[in-house]
Amino acid sequence: MPKYALRINGSTHEVEGEPGDSLLSVLRYELNLTGTKYGCGEGHCGACTVLVDGQTARSCTTRLAAVAGKPIATIESLANGDRLHPVQQAFLEAEAFQCGYCTPGMVMATVGLLKTHPNPTADDIAKVMDRNVCRCGTYPRIVRAVQLAAERVRATSQAGGRR
Amino acid sequence: MRSPHPALSEIREDSRPVDDAEIREDSRPVDDAEIREDPRPVDDAEIREDPRPVDDAEIRENSRPVIDESAFEVERYELSAPPSYRFAFERRDFLRVLGAMGGGLIVCAYATPAGAQESGRGAQRGAAPRELSAWLHIDEAGRVTAYTGKTEIGQNIRTSLAQAVADELRVPLESVTMVMADTDLVPFDAGTFGSQSTPRMAPQLARAAAAARVMLIERAAQQWQADPKTLSVQGGKVVDGAKRSLAFGDLTKGQKLAGAVAAEQPVMAAADWSLRGTAPRKVNGQAFVTGRNLFTPDIVRPGMLIGRVLRPEGYEGTLLTVDDSRARAMTGVTVVRDGEFLGLVAPNERVARSATAAMRVEWRPPADHPSSSTIYEHLKKTEQPGRGNAPTATGDVAAARGRAARTFDATFNIPYIAHVPLEPRAAVAEWTDGKLTVWCGTQRPFGVRTELAEAFHVPEDRVRVIVPDTGSAYGGKHSGEHAIEAARLAKAAGKPVKLVWTRSEEFSFGYMRPAGVIEIKAAVDGAGKLIAWEFDNWNSGASAIRTPYQVPNQRIQFHASDSPLRQGSYRGLAATANHYAREMHMDSIARALGVDAVEFRLNHLEDARMRAVLTAAAKEIGWPRAAAPGRGVGIACGTEKGSYVATAAEVAKTPDGFTVERLIVVFECGAIVNRDGLHNQVEGAVVQGIGGALFEAIDFANGRLNNGTMELYRVPRFKDIPKIDVVLLDRKDLPSAGAGETPIVCVAPAIGAAARALGAVRSELPVRLS
Repeated sequence: MPKYALRINGSTHEVEGEPGDSLLSVLRYELNLTGTKYGCGEGHCGACTVLVDGQTARSCTTRLAAVAGKPIATIESLANGDRLHPVQQAFLEAEAFQCGYCTPGMVMATVGLLKTHPNPTADDIAKVMDRNVCRCGTYPRIVRAVQLAAERVRATSQAGGRR
Repeated sequence: MRSPHPALSEIREDSRPVDDAEIREDSRPVDDAEIREDPRPVDDAEIREDPRPVDDAEIRENSRPVIDESAFEVERYELSAPPSYRFAFERRDFLRVLGAMGGGLIVCAYATPAGAQESGRGAQRGAAPRELSAWLHIDEAGRVTAYTGKTEIGQNIRTSLAQAVADELRVPLESVTMVMADTDLVPFDAGTFGSQSTPRMAPQLARAAAAARVMLIERAAQQWQADPKTLSVQGGKVVDGAKRSLAFGDLTKGQKLAGAVAAEQPVMAAADWSLRGTAPRKVNGQAFVTGRNLFTPDIVRPGMLIGRVLRPEGYEGTLLTVDDSRARAMTGVTVVRDGEFLGLVAPNERVARSATAAMRVEWRPPADHPSSSTIYEHLKKTEQPGRGNAPTATGDVAAARGRAARTFDATFNIPYIAHVPLEPRAAVAEWTDGKLTVWCGTQRPFGVRTELAEAFHVPEDRVRVIVPDTGSAYGGKHSGEHAIEAARLAKAAGKPVKLVWTRSEEFSFGYMRPAGVIEIKAAVDGAGKLIAWEFDNWNSGASAIRTPYQVPNQRIQFHASDSPLRQGSYRGLAATANHYAREMHMDSIARALGVDAVEFRLNHLEDARMRAVLTAAAKEIGWPRAAAPGRGVGIACGTEKGSYVATAAEVAKTPDGFTVERLIVVFECGAIVNRDGLHNQVEGAVVQGIGGALFEAIDFANGRLNNGTMELYRVPRFKDIPKIDVVLLDRKDLPSAGAGETPIVCVAPAIGAAARALGAVRSELPVRLS
């Protein structure tokens, strides 16, 4: 079986796999990075959202061969110990979840969104995140959390600091 | 053969939607047996002379808490008689439980499957010896742990139950740990459904905490030689005014204190709540935003293998031939066939996937199976006399109809819809020395324990079910087929096995909210008052089937039918279907009579709580609104499971139909425990209701779903969400009712009524202009 070097959350992992294996399976079953969730396997629910090269990607429909060597960020990369990423903090404060199963995907989708839309309107959020499903229906809260996170991220970047 | 293996066909019988009304006859007020005991036997090693045993039989007679049985969703055919005798516990029983917890203080209660809560499939069959379980433990350091069989499925009950415990003990919320849904550790519980956790479990844990408070105060009073009445608890301490204090840990250290919960154990009045009624955030919220929470699919056990189940293409396929030679040739793969069950285990997920693909299996699809286009006809044709309900009748509908000024008849069709919990069914099973442990998402841990015990012919005390906080359920996870499958594979493999259903399996082999047909015949007199109301529901279920409106002559009936798809519980059960039909019809009649739709309802409503939510919703949306061109406003109200809701909708015409612009939801469920959590639940229920109102419907033929994927089965997404205003009415003077379900029931009829301003609306959900 071919080997691939995956750059995940700043470390390089050598994994064996078939080129068509999904990134999601590798993350969850080979590397035990279970924060990224399986929801549908068709790329239509967003529970498996990660960042590849800084852009949101559905890890369930992303082939292993396509991401070798590219930087991949999962939900596990965001918090620094107990210090949460501003997006995580915003979701927590807005209580933008119920069961929390979609939350890692929503958080990663938000991190990706804020890179292109630092000041997103509710319409921007709905448009960009429409493929992320929250079956518990906390969408209005997620919109608030995203906007709260955007404010925080803008404030930190204006202050010249990293997050 | 209706399903891939026998266990499933059995489950199917049990997961019919049921209904309060149908079971009212034979259901004893199954109330908190757990809390009936005498409080006295605070009984332990160095105990005082009064080891009064807990005599339950004696107390049972006169301490039946008044409970509205209609609030329960009891699963049909599942009730049976309680045991004939229940004997007192002895001191050593309490000590054994406490000993296992390492001393301190416990508050116990019987865990009696028969008497405890609603039902539980065959709960008292199998090994159900008397059992003593702790509700609450305060360890020697003063840390509080509360135990409950309720499951956390996103309704945030872990937080609100902890609020009740912390509040009664006057300790900070973070000092309470909730142990939930582990059948080896928590008292028996029939399940998390029917919106019962807040009205029943919260008071129960509050009583346990209040009993602990009394014990701690008595202990301090002894030490200080003080009058217990002058002492109170505060910040994790018993205090004697400003004079002196003792931390809970000082009182429990080196002690073995045990007590039982009194039926009449006083708890704080809602007016004295300090934590309840506030809005603390989800207690373990950080675990979710970081991805650290371990849902069942995330669990890894040493030596664990990965399992897959082979299934027909659709429901009710029959297994014909199996060629597993290629799969068996793969290293580490074991194929398991047991009757109609066919599955395999593999050392890892990749091999499991390849092995599954390598299996050559032939199934025979069902013949002449109804489809989504023939379902309504089928349901009426296959009515099963004796399995539905007797009609509820008052007055004489025929006579009233005979003298009516006008009559209004209509039929409503309700499609099957799917729960689509984002976490699909998943289970991790492990056999150790003949004892089975299964981690799985379910709303009925003890029910699943029974299913496992029966499937594997082992006593229930050899089975442990642990339910991690679960990626939602909405009524869709009452049964334990995934647990049975994982356990069967683990038994064959001799190693722990994880099984995660695919989304496609979840759609096709989980159960649906029932499809149904509802016919209404109404009659009004010359003054515009309803004088007759006939309501027949085929297959949807009988929840909220009765009309809240005052009509002197009524005949209301639920008829059971043959369901071609597996069906079961759902958020609000049939209350959504019944409210849809009833409220749409009330709206039709008001329109036909030229009477304002709110006024028409108020003319027939005596219930002050219903009137309050309806008038509040009308006021919020500015009722009556002059209809702007291309826009429509509609309203609906209802009650179920002890709470009240009114929903107002505003819609706007679009080239291909309409969109929902705004929803107003006024909700009242008695005293509010966690305002933000409640707001979240109400808003979530409304969003889920938008799905059923606007797009969800299972499209099927011959047992196969034509839209069983996340792409084709449309659930509400960001773009579908209108402006939603939630108004919560707090009634501190009323007991808290559950809130997870009822806010869903009026979304569709409010939208349907609003859409009527734009044109005729079809009789079938989802709401469409015809």
